[in-house]
Amino acid sequence: MEIVAKNHPLDKYLRTDRIPHIWCPGCGLGTVLNCFLHALEETDIDLKNLAIVSGIGCTGRVAGYINVDSYHTTHGRAIPFATGLKLANPKLKVVVFSGDGDLFAIGGNHFIHAARRNIDMTVICVNNYNYGMTGGQLGPTTPLDARTTTSPYGNIEHPFNLCHVAAASGAVYVARWTALHVRRLKESMKEALNKKGFSFIEVIASCPTTYGRRNKMPTGLETMKYYKEHSVIKHGIDPSKADIEIGKDIVVGKFVDIEKPTFDEAVHELIKKARK
Amino acid sequence: MQVKFYSGNIACAEGAIAAGCRFFAGYPITPSSEIAEHMALRLPQVGGIFIQMEDELASMAAILGASWGGAKAMTATSGPGFSLMQENIGLGAMTETPCVVVNVQRAGPSTGMPTLVGQADVMQARWGSHGDYEIIALSPSSPQECFDLTIRAFNLAEEYRVPVIVLMDESVSHMFEKVIIPPKEKIRIVNRKKPRVPPDEFLPYKADDFIPPMACAGEGYSVHVTGLTHDEKGYPQATSPEVQERLVRRLCDKIRKNERKMRDIEEYEMEDAEIAIVSFGTTARSAKAAVKFARKKGYKVGLIRLKTIWPFPDEYFESLDGIKKFLVVEVNYGQIKLEVERNVGKNRVELLPKMGGEIHTPEEIYKKIREVLQWK
Repeated sequence: MEIVAKNHPLDKYLRTDRIPHIWCPGCGLGTVLNCFLHALEETDIDLKNLAIVSGIGCTGRVAGYINVDSYHTTHGRAIPFATGLKLANPKLKVVVFSGDGDLFAIGGNHFIHAARRNIDMTVICVNNYNYGMTGGQLGPTTPLDARTTTSPYGNIEHPFNLCHVAAASGAVYVARWTALHVRRLKESMKEALNKKGFSFIEVIASCPTTYGRRNKMPTGLETMKYYKEHSVIKHGIDPSKADIEIGKDIVVGKFVDIEKPTFDEAVHELIKKARK
Repeated sequence: MQVKFYSGNIACAEGAIAAGCRFFAGYPITPSSEIAEHMALRLPQVGGIFIQMEDELASMAAILGASWGGAKAMTATSGPGFSLMQENIGLGAMTETPCVVVNVQRAGPSTGMPTLVGQADVMQARWGSHGDYEIIALSPSSPQECFDLTIRAFNLAEEYRVPVIVLMDESVSHMFEKVIIPPKEKIRIVNRKKPRVPPDEFLPYKADDFIPPMACAGEGYSVHVTGLTHDEKGYPQATSPEVQERLVRRLCDKIRKNERKMRDIEEYEMEDAEIAIVSFGTTARSAKAAVKFARKKGYKVGLIRLKTIWPFPDEYFESLDGIKKFLVVEVNYGQIKLEVERNVGKNRVELLPKMGGEIHTPEEIYKKIREVLQWK
């Protein structure tokens, strides 16, 4: 095969010696990562001060592909690890990239408390409705009735509405997009990166290999078509009204963008007072 | 030099600050809570950060993060919390993250006796997380040693890039005694080795002497750190038995092969001893009193007090040919006993256990010495 371009314009952000990545054909993760790198390019963040922290799972592998200080931690613990990292070195811009199971099942407690404290970090959650890495088990975001390897008769659990959880826990920036909304997602990522405090972006992404094929969306393309037909942009809507249900519209947009003092600012104020 | 009247918990917190600890993440638990409380008060005064996390899983993760952020970091807990921390103690061992974990032992298992003493986490400190790794654990017997050994714990963590456990017990943690704080310049401080090559030549897990230099976040080295089996570049190699072999051997050998340097044993009346009591922590104080009494009665009894528990001083015990019987005194049902047996043989070891809630009295130990003497 003829090589048309030797370098990709985003190569400088990647550990190119680790490419090809491990993600399946049709997976939304490559698209999300691409949006993130474009967003980085359009901000003035010094890469030297950027740190990516991931937990475990398919999205957890993001940390290993970006050519900055990157930490692939234990399952569910990306956020508390990132909390320590950020507090010890306030110069850092800390981004947590992880999946729905990692951040909201095993790591759910850490998510709500970091949001409550308003720790200055950006959390990007790629929500593919299931545990992909382990073979497609049900997770905290699996829609009601969906088939997974551990819900072979259909899911009987009510899923989390992640944006509602984030907003209720105190996040200062909350947005949801699908992997189809590449430009809007990139813009949101830029806003989140520039936002002080706990910012959260949920990205609904395809997982044809372990979720889609059991739920009548066996290819990435079909999933994208579904997003195209069923996504409705509603900026500023109360995120509690944006539940995700099979066969219903997916409400996307920026739901929360508020100002609140961060833990980081407060703790350094406290130190100043204590040292007087 | 300052003379203070400190509890073991306060002395431990002050030792941490003296060692350069500037980040503490913890979760309240009896009998260790005073360490967190004192850190909440004192750390801001020296420009450090205290954060109370939502649980011990998070506390342990946060100190690893802080260590990669460049800080000397610590957490403190007790049995149930120590169980939760095992997950990220493993990550700390795998990613070679310097940090200090204080476990003020209470009686277990499970919730056990929250306010009363135990020494039954000795094996958990060594083997608590999954997989093969080596760890360092120190055991203080007095508030003074809580101060001194916490400093030593930080220095060892920095030197060997490993989580170091300060294995206190409830009695020493709540005991108030005189603590001498040496002047700052008299306190030896060790800092982690830093890279000496430019970023494009730096291999974050290449170790010439078992311990690789550490580049923290924001220092320009674009380091990748993972709990997966990784090569010298820090990249995952999760399907390579060769990389696994090399990595795990090094993680273990960096501690095993340096055991002599970390060895810290108090020998008391051991010169001509025929029976040696082996003990640690608060229990060793009763043991010492029993030895004094036995010596007055003319019995050739000595005390081996372990201040460094892990790595276990195998060679030291192997060399003690003259000792006829080792009497291990510990507040558990026989943990250090297993290590002593492994080195000197089962028939030379006796155990005086206690299940927890109180330490042995000197009288109990003396009585046992008499028994052992009769069997000898």
